[in-house]
Amino acid sequence: MAVLVIADHDGTQVRDTTHKTVTAAQGLGGDIDVLVVGQGARGAADSATKISGVRKVLLAESAGLGQTLAEAVEATVLPLAGGYDAVLTPATSDGKNFAPRLAAKLDVAPISDIVAVDGADTFTRPIYAGNALETIQSSDAKKVITVRPTAFKAAAEGGSAPVETIQGADAGKTSFVGEEKVKSDRPELGAAKIVVSGGRALGSAEEFHAVIEPLADKLGAAVGASRAAVDAGYAPNDYQVGQTGKVVAPSLYIAVGISGAIQHLAGMKDSKVIVAINKDADAPIFQVADYGWVADYKTAVPELMKALD
Amino acid sequence: MKVLVPVKRVIDYNVKARVKADQTGVDLANVKMSMNPFDEIAVEEAVRLKEGKEHHAAGTATEIVVVSIGPAQAQETIRTALAMGADRGILIQSDADLEPLAVAKLLKAVVEQESPELVLMGKQAIDGDNNAVGQMLAALLDWPQATFASKLEIGGGKATVTREVDGGLQTIAAQLPAVVTVDLRLNTPRYASLPNIMKAKKKEIATKAVADYGVDTAPRLKTLKVTEPPKRQAGIKVNDAADLVMKLRNEAGVL
Repeated sequence: MAVLVIADHDGTQVRDTTHKTVTAAQGLGGDIDVLVVGQGARGAADSATKISGVRKVLLAESAGLGQTLAEAVEATVLPLAGGYDAVLTPATSDGKNFAPRLAAKLDVAPISDIVAVDGADTFTRPIYAGNALETIQSSDAKKVITVRPTAFKAAAEGGSAPVETIQGADAGKTSFVGEEKVKSDRPELGAAKIVVSGGRALGSAEEFHAVIEPLADKLGAAVGASRAAVDAGYAPNDYQVGQTGKVVAPSLYIAVGISGAIQHLAGMKDSKVIVAINKDADAPIFQVADYGWVADYKTAVPELMKALD
Repeated sequence: MKVLVPVKRVIDYNVKARVKADQTGVDLANVKMSMNPFDEIAVEEAVRLKEGKEHHAAGTATEIVVVSIGPAQAQETIRTALAMGADRGILIQSDADLEPLAVAKLLKAVVEQESPELVLMGKQAIDGDNNAVGQMLAALLDWPQATFASKLEIGGGKATVTREVDGGLQTIAAQLPAVVTVDLRLNTPRYASLPNIMKAKKKEIATKAVADYGVDTAPRLKTLKVTEPPKRQAGIKVNDAADLVMKLRNEAGVL
C-alpha cells in the first residue's frame, strides 16, 4: 500500500497542515510520498523531505500549479494515481477545490474533511456543521481524502527523503487573473496558538479594528470573527471562524462580543481553552466557555489589556 | 445563455441537527426543511444575470432551469426557486440519500440534455458538508470550475470569478461552459413576493426518476454510525480581568 500526500505550502516551505496530513496518512498504513505542486517551489519540496516517515518527495511545477488551479492539479496527479491506494490533502481552500475533481476523474467517492482515521478504509468526519460525526467505510479501491488538520498531531521532523521532479501540467480552460492576499504580521488563523475573535456586538469595522486587533497583537494572536461580524462588514471574510469559514483549534480562543451561534461553535469548539466575554449572561457561548466573563467588551477589553501588562 | 441551477432540500439552517438514538443518522422527522442556503445564493445570482441587476447586463441569462434530486417534497424547494425568478424545474425523484458522485453523474446527464452554458450551484450542502458536487460535475464534463465565488462576471465567452480562498481572494477566468460554485458573500437572496409565488405555481416542473438517466448511482460509502460530538462543559465565571489573566496563566497554563 502507498499513500500520496499533496502538500500545503507557501512556496518556500510546507505548512504544518502537511505534517498533520502525513500523520493521518500514517493511519492508513504503507509508504507515504509527498507531492509538492507549485512554481518555484523547490524550497517547499526540500522542507518536505524532513518530515519523518516520508519515502520520497515529488515536485511538479508549472504556471497553473503556481496558481493552484484545480484543473492543473488534477491533470498533474491523475497520471500518478495508479501508483497509490489513497491520495490525501489538507482540507484547505485549495484542497477542497481540487480533491473532488480528482476523485471524479478516478470515479471514486471523495471523503471530505476527516477528523479521524479508524482503519485503512474507515474514517470519521463531521456533518451538519459539526453537530454530528459520521463514521464511513469506503468500498472504493482508491481513496481521495481531505483532512481537517486541526484534528491531527503534526508528524515530527527528522527525515531525509529524496526529491524527484515530475511533469507539472497546466490548466487548459482556466486562467489566472489576479489575487489579493491579506498581508499581515500576525500568525495565520489556522495555525495560531491564540485566536482573538470579535462578533457583531462590536458594531462597526472601526470598533473591530480598535478593540480586537490591539488585544490580538498584545497576545501575539491571530484575529478571527464570527460570520455575523463578517456579514455586517466589520471584518474581512478570511477572518471568519465557523462552519462556513475556518475551523480552528488553538490553545486559547478568546471570543469577544460573540453570542455563539451553532455555525460559529462548529469552527472553534475544539480549542483547548475558550474564554468568552459578552454582556449577555444568557449567550450560548458561555455554555462552551471554560472561562466566562459577563461584561461589556467596551470596559472589559481595556481592563484585560491592562491586566496583561 | 441558459443557466442550470441545482438545488437541494436540506434541514433548515436555523434548526439544530439531532442524532438518532440508534446512531443510524440524523433525525429529520418533523424537522423544518428549506433550500440549502448556498443554493439560494446561486438561484439569486442566476436571476440577477437574467434581470441585469448589479453589474450584469440584462439578459445575460435567458433561461434559468432549476434541478433538484430528492424526495417528492423537493418539489417545494424547486417552487421556491421558481418564485425567486427561475423559469422551470426538473425533479429527479429519489428517496435514497445519494452520494456526491452519484449526484454529479445525474447532473452530468441533465447538462447533456439541457446544454446550459453555465451551471451555478452552492459550494456545499449544509447536511453532508461534502463540498464536492460542483467540482465533480466539472470534472465529469471536462469543464473548467470556479469554486467559492464571491463575485461573478460573464463576458467574452468567460466567467470571471473572484474566489474566497485561504488568506484572501483569487480571481480566475473560466472559459464557458463552466461550473461555478458560490460562497456566502456573492449576494443576499431575495424573498419571493406573493405575486411571484402565485406565478411560480404555474411554472412547469418535470418529474423524472433516477432510472431515466441510466447512470450508476450505487453507493461507495457505507455509514457505520452517526454519533453526537463530545460535549463541551461550561466552565466557570470570572469577575474581572486580573482574575481571568491569573487563571489563564496558572490554572490553564495557556498564557
